Amino acid sequence: MAVSQSSLNLTLKIWRQAGPDQPGRFDTHEAKGIPDSASFLEMLDIVNEGIITKGGDPVVFDHDCREGICGTCSMVINGMPHGPKRGVTTCQLHMRSFRNGDTIWIEPWRAKAFPVIRDLAVDRNAFERIQQAGGYITVRTGSAPEANSVPVPKDDADASFAAAACIGCGACVAACPNASAMLFTAAKLSHFNLLPQGKPEADKRTLAMVRTMDEQGFGNCTNHYECEAYCPKLISVETIRQMNRDYRNASARETAGV
Amino acid sequence: MSPIVQSLCRFYHSSIGKKIIVAVTGLGLMGFILGHLLGNLQIFLGPDTINTYAKKLHDLGLLLWVVRLGLLAMVAAHIVFTIQLTRENRTARKQKYALDGTRKATKASVIMIWSGVTILVFIIYHLMHFTITRTNGYYDPAVSRYWLPDGSHNVYNMMIDGFRVWYVSAFYILGMFLLCSHLSHGFASVFQTLGLATPRLRRPIHVASLIFAWGVFAGNVSIPLAILSGLKS
Ligand code: FES
Repeated sequence: MAVSQSSLNLTLKIWRQAGPDQPGRFDTHEAKGIPDSASFLEMLDIVNEGIITKGGDPVVFDHDCREGICGTCSMVINGMPHGPKRGVTTCQLHMRSFRNGDTIWIEPWRAKAFPVIRDLAVDRNAFERIQQAGGYITVRTGSAPEANSVPVPKDDADASFAAAACIGCGACVAACPNASAMLFTAAKLSHFNLLPQGKPEADKRTLAMVRTMDEQGFGNCTNHYECEAYCPKLISVETIRQMNRDYRNASARETAGV
Repeated sequence: MSPIVQSLCRFYHSSIGKKIIVAVTGLGLMGFILGHLLGNLQIFLGPDTINTYAKKLHDLGLLLWVVRLGLLAMVAAHIVFTIQLTRENRTARKQKYALDGTRKATKASVIMIWSGVTILVFIIYHLMHFTITRTNGYYDPAVSRYWLPDGSHNVYNMMIDGFRVWYVSAFYILGMFLLCSHLSHGFASVFQTLGLATPRLRRPIHVASLIFAWGVFAGNVSIPLAILSGLKS
């Protein structure tokens, strides 16, 4: 049976910016004959081929795995980070989610802490710095420990696993009206703090990661919960509650010196 | 700097630390709002009840001043830390998106700073109106309507006369509506920020938040409405 396939003609308004300190603007590009089975990134590939053929500069955008696991693809589509489908990254978004004749606005994550490198690509090293401040556990490497020697309650394992689904794409920051990185930081914290292996360093980790997050120039969570609604991995703001609690307790213990 | 002071300073300067201060002061102020409402609703029990209640409050003397200064400190901290947070939030996103993709944020959560500013203006007006007022002749010893035989204020008559002016009542109702909006987001936010809104409690907290906000609105607005409509005179 033949799979029916139709094609779309679209008008794209794409943010073009030559460099971090350059002014940017929306340029109009016509995208003709896009198969509705193409992914959003494949659609941009087709558009770029057309631009290159005409001798222009292709639109720069970040991508790597194209299967929703690396978190590299990042763009705001019609005001929506990763586009209109819930729980889906841009690379996994298909053109059948759009209609023939649509105008699509495409722009980069907008946050002071994520400066634009070029066009749609932004510098997300601020996330790396938060991660390096405590997003790990200290273990002796070499021989692997016996897997069942540390019992983990099922609920904690599940909650930690759900938090560990974070791919660090930055959609939470892009979606937050305050450009806050609290969902990302909280997901990384819950990932480790909930597990017995992460508990010994939980206070140190929480203080270090929150303080590093604050230094990057992100905004502060005011409980709009837009992050949760746009996270491609559907990470819950329950992690932010846990971070608020852990930071409160860790600060109290640090002040008291225990 | 001693390690204790250093830790406290880091807490006050941190994002979550500031949020916690806003939440705790907000919680304190919500307690006041509830008490203030219950006190004022006594107008429906007649002039004697509310006048006696007002006199009792005034006779607290030193304690009354402790409460007043405590409230002032809470309001000040609530505002100062909110302004700091809001400024950081504004600088964190300079360039807006071409289209609005809001999925979950409520109107009340988005306008928090504006509902807050309106409430501040309202509080200043309210204090001028009833507490430190020189208007309406409330403090004029010659206007006997506003005094009781023992020399204390006739609060009942002050309220009746104050709310009879339709535009004064209209401003009160507008102020209460924005307070309701502020509380509907603020109440639930307190529990999230203090780390208490567990998944199981999330729904009950949301419901309680709406009941509290609309309850405060309905209770407070019932007073000017009753007076304007002539039910109370
Ligand atoms: S390219 Fe890897 S998640 Fe989209």
